[in-house]
Amino acid sequence: MKWIGVVLLAAAFLLPPFLAGDFYINLASQILIAAIFALSLNLLVGFGGMTSLGHASYLGVAAYISALLTSRYGWDHGSAAIIAIAGTTAMAGAFGLIALRASGLGFLMITLALSQVLWGLAYRMSDVTNGDNGIAGLTRPMPFGISLESAVAFYWFTLLVAAFAFVMMAIFVSSSFGSSLKGVRDQPRRMAALGFNPWMIRWITFIYAGFWGGVSGLMYVYYNKYIHPTSLSTTSSAEALLGVIAGGSGTLGGPVVGAAVVLLLKNYVSAYVERWNMLLGLVFLFIVLVMPTGIVPAFDRLIAGLRRGLQKGLRWPR
Amino acid sequence: MQFWIIQGLNSLSLGGLLFLLSSGFSLIFGLMRLANLTHGAFFMLGTYLGATALRAYSGLDIWVTALGAGIVVAALGGLFERLVLTRLKTNPLGQVLVTLGMSFIIADACLVLWGGDSIPVPTPQSLQAPTRVWGFVFPTYRLVLVGCAIAAAIALYLLMERTRLGAMIRAGVDDGQMARAVGIPVSNLFTLVFCLGSGIAGAGGVLGGPILSAYPGLDGDMLPLALIVVILGGIGSLPGAFVGSFIIGFIYTFGTALFPELSYIILFLPMIFVIAFRPQGLFGRVGA
Repeated sequence: MKWIGVVLLAAAFLLPPFLAGDFYINLASQILIAAIFALSLNLLVGFGGMTSLGHASYLGVAAYISALLTSRYGWDHGSAAIIAIAGTTAMAGAFGLIALRASGLGFLMITLALSQVLWGLAYRMSDVTNGDNGIAGLTRPMPFGISLESAVAFYWFTLLVAAFAFVMMAIFVSSSFGSSLKGVRDQPRRMAALGFNPWMIRWITFIYAGFWGGVSGLMYVYYNKYIHPTSLSTTSSAEALLGVIAGGSGTLGGPVVGAAVVLLLKNYVSAYVERWNMLLGLVFLFIVLVMPTGIVPAFDRLIAGLRRGLQKGLRWPR
Repeated sequence: MQFWIIQGLNSLSLGGLLFLLSSGFSLIFGLMRLANLTHGAFFMLGTYLGATALRAYSGLDIWVTALGAGIVVAALGGLFERLVLTRLKTNPLGQVLVTLGMSFIIADACLVLWGGDSIPVPTPQSLQAPTRVWGFVFPTYRLVLVGCAIAAAIALYLLMERTRLGAMIRAGVDDGQMARAVGIPVSNLFTLVFCLGSGIAGAGGVLGGPILSAYPGLDGDMLPLALIVVILGGIGSLPGAFVGSFIIGFIYTFGTALFPELSYIILFLPMIFVIAFRPQGLFGRVGA
């Protein structure tokens, strides 16, 4: 049963380049990038119990560093990417030191305030970030001399990065460290009594989530070849958080499904109406009020229920 | 000298405005343990309502307008609390998320109704003439705004400390379950406090209009200021919100005047210091 799911999922990700046109392949690339971003946020929200409303900081800062280094200072993509990821990870370390002084709502408010500060900086330091005009005319990297300009080539590249990110995050949460993280989420005082250091566990997770947030930021700027302060905005953080919660926080598949739902919704609705923000708000209300545990856990329950029903049905005549 | 005094006054008036914004946020957080992210949107809605009313009827008094907008926003807040937030009592994270969703809805509705251009709000005619004190010329409206914030602070203090209602709210803050057990209608208090907090934000939005003017994105500019004020002052503490507002008012005004590009970083330095050395805030009793 599980294998069928895996095969179907693999087919869903491997087939687009052979079947669909450029529009859908690009959409699939965007979904994969949003999925990396949502997965990294889910490390904090779902597995760590730390609800951050400032995760766009890592996406945006990595994207800005890469954009500035390659376009303004003429760096090559490889070194720019290393500096962007290192800088973003270091920033996550510093932000973690501040935000983890609090927990719960205080943590949420501090992460929101920090990300708003970065958003304000991106808008106002216009001689560095080009302000509201954003930075345009960026290029995509050419790993091993392969051009990523075509939609299909970029899709394969994104799929590779996304698969690697997924596996790395899956290993992280299923490792013994991941178990201690879930322990700290549920019972911090017991974990402390057992000799674990809850603060250190949270901080390491915060940095790891920042690292993958930075990776998604690099992919984001490679895809768009453009960066604007909105990528640092609360809306950007909120979209990712909605993806995590809509899909099912604390599951590995949830953020992928949720990110896909949010992105498809955004793409299809934006084609007809301009009111994406209002719809985003309404979807927030709907998800929280109607299906607070998310799509993937609800689907799992449905499958389990069906299976039980099926078994009963099969057994019944005997 | 002139520069320092004028900027000092601007700081005071911004501080006053921030108090009108953050006192409601702090009040709601103190009682309901709810980070109300709609607060910036309520403030902006107040500004837009005030701008529309004051531009349509030139003789309209700004105090009446502020009261009216405050009541409208308070009613909207009450409706939101009753219809949505009460359903999520056991789910604090869900509460924050719906307030965030609501702020997107209000902000986008304002964009639909009032368009993307900034709408200036006229300063009331009786307050347009500058005031001269010791040879310095001050804009009267800004002075009045500071007085207004102080009056609001005193009124809120008296409400919380000297009335029966205030005593019930304090009881709810200290121990909600025990307050319920002795017969205090804590759920109704929640609605009342949410209305009051939203209403102050709405009225503050009108009063801030002549200085800030109404524009899309005002909510996103004001919400972080409110967050920083309450984190600095101590979440849920009125004196904390008062002192925090004026500290942030000074830092933001002088930061913008002296280092315009770095004003955001300067704004957030005091927050880091406070979090590092006193996580519960200057006046807070417990960490959030």
